[in-house]
Amino acid sequence: MLEVRIHGRGGQGNVVAAYLLAHAGIAGGLHAQAFPFFGAERRGAPVAAYVRLAARPIRLHAAVRTPHFVIVQDEKLLGLEETTAGLVAGGGLLVNSPADQATLHARLGERMQGRNWQTFGVPASDLSRQHLGRNIPNTALLAAWAALTGVLEPAALEQAMTARLKPGMLQANLEVVRAMGSLVAPGAWHDLAHHALYDGSAQHQETGHAGAA
Amino acid sequence: MLEPLEGSQAIAHAVALARPGVVAAYPITPQTHIVEHIAKLVADNRLRCEYVSVESEFSAATVALGAAAAGCRAYTATASQGLLLMAEVLFNIAGLRIPLVMTCANRAVSAPINIWNDHQDAMALRDAGWIQLYCASNQEAIDTTIQAFLLAERLELPVMVCVDGYILTHTLEGVSLPTQEEVDHFLPPYTFAHTLDSRQPLTLGTMVAPDHFTEIRYAHDQAMYQALAAIEEVDAAYAGITGRASGGVLEVDGPDDARIGVLCLGAVHGTLWEGREQARNLPPAKLIKLRALRPFPEAALRQALAGLSDVVVLERAFSPGAGGIVAAEVCRALYGTSTTPRIHSAVMGLGGRDIPLEAWQQVLALAQGPSRGATVILDLIPDHLEDGIA
Repeated sequence: MLEVRIHGRGGQGNVVAAYLLAHAGIAGGLHAQAFPFFGAERRGAPVAAYVRLAARPIRLHAAVRTPHFVIVQDEKLLGLEETTAGLVAGGGLLVNSPADQATLHARLGERMQGRNWQTFGVPASDLSRQHLGRNIPNTALLAAWAALTGVLEPAALEQAMTARLKPGMLQANLEVVRAMGSLVAPGAWHDLAHHALYDGSAQHQETGHAGAA
Repeated sequence: MLEPLEGSQAIAHAVALARPGVVAAYPITPQTHIVEHIAKLVADNRLRCEYVSVESEFSAATVALGAAAAGCRAYTATASQGLLLMAEVLFNIAGLRIPLVMTCANRAVSAPINIWNDHQDAMALRDAGWIQLYCASNQEAIDTTIQAFLLAERLELPVMVCVDGYILTHTLEGVSLPTQEEVDHFLPPYTFAHTLDSRQPLTLGTMVAPDHFTEIRYAHDQAMYQALAAIEEVDAAYAGITGRASGGVLEVDGPDDARIGVLCLGAVHGTLWEGREQARNLPPAKLIKLRALRPFPEAALRQALAGLSDVVVLERAFSPGAGGIVAAEVCRALYGTSTTPRIHSAVMGLGGRDIPLEAWQQVLALAQGPSRGATVILDLIPDHLEDGIA
């Protein structure tokens, strides 16, 4: 079972991102669960949302404590201890940032020690401003995560966006997703993601896409 | 493909499929999304229903009571303080034998104020005369909501569908909604034998003197016991149409040779189930999912627990000064049976404290340890018992 935590600020579409990712997982033939950090949300305050993806039904209803991936919508949140808390050793850290890997690692400082996190920065805000005319980086980050892991076919993500985004916002967001696809190294997190998804078993790695429309 | 829906949205769709004529509600966290979605379905003309925005939960329950008594399928939803504010009306609804369905998005009760999940709210209304069914997943929340209307109308008893606040209401999962045709086939149009009708006037809720009060209470009690079979029948009938049952009054699974049992209510069932899957080195144990708290399925429980040496009753509420509420009822159900297992009363997950996968180890350790006599809070943090607080 693969676990993702998404960090952002209230109003940044954090829960929308989690729901989109789970929706895309289900559209792609996987089992999925998504939920926000439970509590009151304030615009601008740091918030988190969680996603589980698995090849088998998910019965667990507990908090996500040791995610395999952390997605950070606002790079300033990297400075908070809680942003990387519990991220598994060797886990993937995807940051909305034009900065390169070395710069991001330097910002994490001692927290990186012995964790061997695989970090990527992607210019999600730039893409969002370019296509949407404002800074809503969530779909760009999801597109980057989908390409890096290979867990979701682009069609599954587009299906989820078509179902969940307001019609007026859909086209520009689809453009964001397509533009992001060419900016990351596809499959860089393939093994990490598939190992988590199939509980360490490599046998059924491709069956997850069976239901992709 | 399963439909990816937030729990609240799934429940709203389930309510809409039952074609209620009146929904009256007052928003309260974590119930809010349910009634928001219903209000939106009404506003979008996807549900033909009168949505009544009221000024309090007391009014929400009262409007629903009145609508159901006047011959209209009615629904409301609440949680926590809202449920307590309804309390007087809820006893009336039950005593008047009004068929009504309510979702309780289970939440802790103040003080201290806390918006997160536990079961204290519904437990406080345990004796109100309502059927109480607990849901372990969003799929069960959908299916139980639809079943609840049939149960309520067949038995002339109100049904409270208990759904863990946040843990289910705010969680998106892949669910299957029955079709409108399936629900229409399952749930006939609303009828109520004592419908208030100005052309044939009758009185509901007249004062009853000592000469009949006991008998009316007795009849209510008998109706609740008869509901045990009806809950099983309705679940089976629903499964006949949709292929999915929700566990009747209770559901047991686990190896036949298990000597340990763990009984729980609500969404923690899935967490314990996964915990058991991942801790194969621990002794085999049965999981008992108690779906019906009222009526209390004593006979089914005796059967489910037969042959076990130790049973942990894990609850998200307790009665201060008395301990686990369900544990006491389990003890009563087993009292006098020939091979009564040891009952270990445990509490976890109060006020939204997360019950993790590792809870399974703690629960099994409790089952294998010495009898503790009193209820144990398994996730107590001693460091938090600071001066001035406790």
